[in-house]
Amino acid sequence: MIESFLFYAFAGVAILSALLLVHIRNTARALFLLFVVLFAMAGLYLFALADFIAITQILIYVGGVLILLIFAFMLSNKELLADLQSTSGRFISLPNWQALVLVIAFLSLMVYSYLSWSQQMPQWIAQSEAKGKMILPTDNNIKVLGFKFMTQYVLPFEIISVFLMMTLIGAAHLSRKESNK
Amino acid sequence: MITLTHFLVVSACIFCIGLYAVLAKRNAIMILVGIELMINAAILNFVAFGKYDKLNYGGQVFALFAIVLAAAAVAVGLALILNVYRHFKTINPEHIHELKD
Repeated sequence: MIESFLFYAFAGVAILSALLLVHIRNTARALFLLFVVLFAMAGLYLFALADFIAITQILIYVGGVLILLIFAFMLSNKELLADLQSTSGRFISLPNWQALVLVIAFLSLMVYSYLSWSQQMPQWIAQSEAKGKMILPTDNNIKVLGFKFMTQYVLPFEIISVFLMMTLIGAAHLSRKESNK
Repeated sequence: MITLTHFLVVSACIFCIGLYAVLAKRNAIMILVGIELMINAAILNFVAFGKYDKLNYGGQVFALFAIVLAAAAVAVGLALILNVYRHFKTINPEHIHELKD
């Protein structure tokens, strides 16, 4: 009972603040609303028993990505700030309506297909539910994840490390000053 | 009881809000934020399905990979946006339609 109440509370906070995020004109406020959305999403991951993912979400997204966004937003010059705040425009403009129609169509399609899909779930979900092979709240997720990263998923792990290094070098290369050319 | 469908519907809502931000915003930073929202919806789907996969832990492992990819995308995307701003003096994607210098 209290579990589903908390789930609906987190889901409501996430969806409502995301709606406010796309509606609000001030970009700085929108970026701070992204904080709330990401925290609520981390709370939702806990309900799928993914505690390590939730902590990683808070560490990387809230601690890294969002600080990066806010830094880039606030450390850039004043013209960029002025440019940013005047971009949203009227609500009833043509791109807004096109986007709204497209998004509502897409949302209704997705929700309809999910609801009809949930009548006949795939075999492996029903099997793992019947055999009790789901992840349980008493499991030690972090230990198992560490083993999986070093044994079964070691190739994607290495690929993603090389990719991260490429990204670091690329971002540093792109954002350097070009004045000494 | 929270079923899989609850997670799927919530992530569909978040995904569509992100899609709206990508389509309607005229500001490259907000488009990046919309992409982040869509990636978050995908991660929510990953962990929701991963709950039923105790043997491989595929959902949680690839949710972590998706978080790392999103962080990398933001780093490179912000560097690109700042460069584009230095070059064109605007970050409205509708005004950036020339490839030449």
